Amino acid sequence: MLSMQNKTNANFIVLFALFFTPFFLQAKDSEPSGDLKTEIKEYISHHLEDAYDFSLFSYTNDAGEHIYVGVPLPVILWDDGLQIFSSSKLHHGEEVAQVGSKYYKLDHGKIYKTDASGTINYDESQHATNLAPLDLSITKGVASMFLIAVLMFYLFTSLAKSYTKTGGVPAGIGRFFEPIVLYIRDDIARPNIGEKKYGKYMNFLLTIFFFIWFLNLLGLTPLGVNVTGNIAVTFGLALLTFLITNLTGTKDYWLHIFDPLGESMKWYAKIPLYIILIPIEVLGIFIKPFSLLIRLYANMQAGHIVLMSLIGLMFIFKSWLGSPLSFGLAFAISIIELLVALLQAYIFTMLSALYFGFAAEEHEHH
Amino acid sequence: MVGAGLVVIGVGMGIGRIGGSAMEAIGRQPDAYGKIQTAMLIAAALVEGIGFAALFAV
Repeated sequence: MLSMQNKTNANFIVLFALFFTPFFLQAKDSEPSGDLKTEIKEYISHHLEDAYDFSLFSYTNDAGEHIYVGVPLPVILWDDGLQIFSSSKLHHGEEVAQVGSKYYKLDHGKIYKTDASGTINYDESQHATNLAPLDLSITKGVASMFLIAVLMFYLFTSLAKSYTKTGGVPAGIGRFFEPIVLYIRDDIARPNIGEKKYGKYMNFLLTIFFFIWFLNLLGLTPLGVNVTGNIAVTFGLALLTFLITNLTGTKDYWLHIFDPLGESMKWYAKIPLYIILIPIEVLGIFIKPFSLLIRLYANMQAGHIVLMSLIGLMFIFKSWLGSPLSFGLAFAISIIELLVALLQAYIFTMLSALYFGFAAEEHEHH
Repeated sequence: MVGAGLVVIGVGMGIGRIGGSAMEAIGRQPDAYGKIQTAMLIAAALVEGIGFAALFAV
């Protein structure tokens, strides 16, 4: 018994020594090189951007060639007529794509028109001066959105059908989704929009909630898509909220903006106040959806940067200590990101409902 | 850069106050938990928006 305990102690000391060796080794051996850091930075910014192909991973083989593993997606350009070709022709910017009599080249994530040898001219600030054709490509982000749209369409239509079979009792996956749908109806739409009018906004609120939530969750999978962290996508979503708010605005909504004081004052007394008040109210119309788009974009973007940086730690610490450390931290952040994915979808839906509530308000006139 | 840091400090304090006050309010009126939580999240989201605006201005 005693000898066994001694043995355990000895094992422990060996483990302890092993644990700290890398620190000493690293202290005198290798500083993380600047090249590696810039490489990781480039990798992260590359991940945050949209891409023309759905690449899963890439590596450099023994011959020094970059091998990309993934699915090419269609590139659709409008350049004197529709040009459709596979993104595999672009070779990740390494070669010139020839389509008919035209040549295109990928440079810093954008497609430019070039000549046959693929020359790209730069101005002083390193921006390409070549002509860029109108780009309507099915990029990685667009493909993911299609994927989620199809998934949602299948999920919720089959969900709705299952209710007719069971006579109003949720079955299967409906047991998970019914409380969420009811929560959005009873705790988001009803109190914010009002008992009378919430019905016509429910379609949009449910769709936007699940769309954002699923896209956020898809961004946490190893597929590496960053759709809701793309400002163009959040711009589109916020634009929908903006349009619905202003197109369904009642007379009272517009009166609140252009005549907030109503009949409480004489018209000549209101003039000096309105010089300030009306511009603020009009600005408010645009600031509301703008804050929606910035919030979702910044939150998702920040989450992805933090996660990727923590994974990058693994390569900067050149010892086996780096992997558990970066795994532990990345694991913890991933769990927070799971919460943020839901929270951001909730906040977007909640604030949209709030703005719809302003648009649908009807005061009692005295 | 310094300005962005100051804004983040301000935003942190703001969200902290919102959270703290919400906790107190829930302590006083546990029945209104849902309503207080909703109001808290909206206020926190609005403050957070300002923080992000500052970060993106850098």
